[in-house]
Amino acid sequence: MNNQEAKIMLGHGSGGKLMHSLIEDIFIKHFSNSILKEQTDSAILQVGSSEIAFTTDSFVIDPLFFPGGNIGKLAVCGTVNDLAVSGAEPLYLSVSFIIEEGFPISELEIIVESLAAEAKKAGVLIVTGDTKVVNKGKCDKLFINTAGIGRITKKDSLVSKGLDIRAGDVIIVNGTIGDHGMAVMNARESFNFKTNVESDCASLNHMIREVLDKSSAKFMRDPTRGGVATVLNELVGKTKLGIEIEESSLPINPGVKAMCELLGFDPLHIANEGKVLIVAGEKEGPDILEILKKNELGKKSTIIGRVVSDHPGKVVLKNETGGRRIIDSLSGDQLPRIC
Amino acid sequence: MKYVDEYRKKDLIISVSEKLKAVSKKEIVLMEVCGGHTMAIQRFGLHSLLPKTVRLISGPGCPVCVSSQHFIDMAMAYSKIPGVIITTYGDLIRVPGSTTSLEKERANGSDVRIVYSVLESLEIAKNNPEKKVVFLGIGFETTAPLTAAAILQAKKENIENFFVLSAHKVMPPVMKALVAEGVKIDGFIAPGHVTAITGTAIYNELAEVCGLGVVVSGFEPVDMMQAILMLTEQIESGTPKVEIQYQRVVHTEGNKIAQQMLEDVFELRDDRWRGLGVIPKSGLGIREELSSFDAEKQFNVEVPDSTEPKGCICGQILRGLKTPVDCGLFGKKCTPTDPVGACMVSGEGTCATYYKYRV
Repeated sequence: MNNQEAKIMLGHGSGGKLMHSLIEDIFIKHFSNSILKEQTDSAILQVGSSEIAFTTDSFVIDPLFFPGGNIGKLAVCGTVNDLAVSGAEPLYLSVSFIIEEGFPISELEIIVESLAAEAKKAGVLIVTGDTKVVNKGKCDKLFINTAGIGRITKKDSLVSKGLDIRAGDVIIVNGTIGDHGMAVMNARESFNFKTNVESDCASLNHMIREVLDKSSAKFMRDPTRGGVATVLNELVGKTKLGIEIEESSLPINPGVKAMCELLGFDPLHIANEGKVLIVAGEKEGPDILEILKKNELGKKSTIIGRVVSDHPGKVVLKNETGGRRIIDSLSGDQLPRIC
Repeated sequence: MKYVDEYRKKDLIISVSEKLKAVSKKEIVLMEVCGGHTMAIQRFGLHSLLPKTVRLISGPGCPVCVSSQHFIDMAMAYSKIPGVIITTYGDLIRVPGSTTSLEKERANGSDVRIVYSVLESLEIAKNNPEKKVVFLGIGFETTAPLTAAAILQAKKENIENFFVLSAHKVMPPVMKALVAEGVKIDGFIAPGHVTAITGTAIYNELAEVCGLGVVVSGFEPVDMMQAILMLTEQIESGTPKVEIQYQRVVHTEGNKIAQQMLEDVFELRDDRWRGLGVIPKSGLGIREELSSFDAEKQFNVEVPDSTEPKGCICGQILRGLKTPVDCGLFGKKCTPTDPVGACMVSGEGTCATYYKYRV
């Protein structure tokens, strides 16, 4: 990239390859330190004799209200889940608002109410915040940033690193994939698909805590932007192993499936906000499934694939008819089919 | 999911595959013209279900891939005119022109918007009366009627700030051109959605004069396997003809209303195809009487002649003469993230499909 001329494109924020190269080439280059280098969902910090997890996330979703939630609920879930998949117990959040001049206070209050309700549900306290208002047209309605800290033990902190992943390990997801992205897409674009697709937006910390306490998972990550495909690709990149996914085992809501078929999207690339991918040993897999299925947010949990020693560095999807295809990370924006 | 799952049934696919293996004796080459077919073949792993005697090659049926670099450069030039909003289907924004892409121009400040239907462009025009909205019309007989409908609607509603840059193309001339060029093809898997509009008469010459089999196919694995079986049976029995496999969508006479709209708005003209050059009467230009909606007539831009990128063999791939793995750039300098040739940009391009599905 010639940085003198190159400009930021929307694809740089899509969670796919472009974003990763931006992080490597610009952010890591200048900020580099041993904690950041881990590139986990939360930074694990040594404070005195104990460890804490620390993370942050910004929310710029359009529209602010969508089936299944709004930007306020999302701002809590996103940060809580980032802490939870790192093995931490989320405790405190900060919330910052950047508000466009002219934004209705009544809408702001609805959003803040959802934020408070979701924080209560997740068991976190909102303890600090900031408010900025910018001129009309200088931001789109409302942006929110949240940061969070959580308590973490040495044993649990390993779950974000995935150090012990081996061929034969199973990959579990706690329910249907692609719901969030498609619900938002349907609310945003003027498709008027009459589907009941709702965002899966939810705080997963209580469910994840149970898994960590009662069993042992090797790796967890929430497949948000870039979807399941992006997390799995990061994993094969890190482990130098391969991953094989069975198409028939992927849990996908019929409405999401239909929208994806029509628009030419791959549900594996679509964002989720209430899902966690768990890698576990073959023996522990069924126990974890059982724990997940007892939870309201994990009823449709299933094993979607396995870690393999074949095709290192590649995620391969097998379909029933014997077709095999590489599931790559998203390159740039998800683009629709045109014919 | 209805209308999808029943056409992906493993047992049915296998049974057609077995019948095909029993029927096929001669070595034959079939071309799937449509990018959607190329994708289905790879996605469902159909190659592994074919007898060794049947070889499939991909044709020039991905609209993004065949749009000339000149067209992309024109779009880019329009995007730099102050007050112009470019509206386009998504795939096009990443296609590299001679020097830049629409995606990069958008980052530079051009107003480029992705739409899912041309009618959205019309809405954008209505909502921005002080701007000029240029829709990039690409695609074959499937998408061209939508563009025609939008132009007719704009005329009806007196929308004066809506324009179309047409790179719309028609299928039959390029199919004939490939045969005339001597590309070895025994039969065509003809595009289902194009034929839903045009009807089957456009293929008669290929069957009757060129002696080639033509079967109009759907896009699910059972459809494709059936179409391949029907073509193989035709060729084995020496009775090439035009047949419809995709009967749940395609009728012999096509969609008369859409045909009339095409007739009302467009006229055939010689057109440039990426990698294939100019093919006579293969493009759809906007009729003179509707020239107030024709971007080419309403905006004056100078675009220098463009050259194909060095080392790129998209042209030969679009002719079915070479496969992506024959290209020195494939998977190295040319990837979906950083495409050199158009066949790597669109999800339905042959190179992008190979990159994704050839494990």
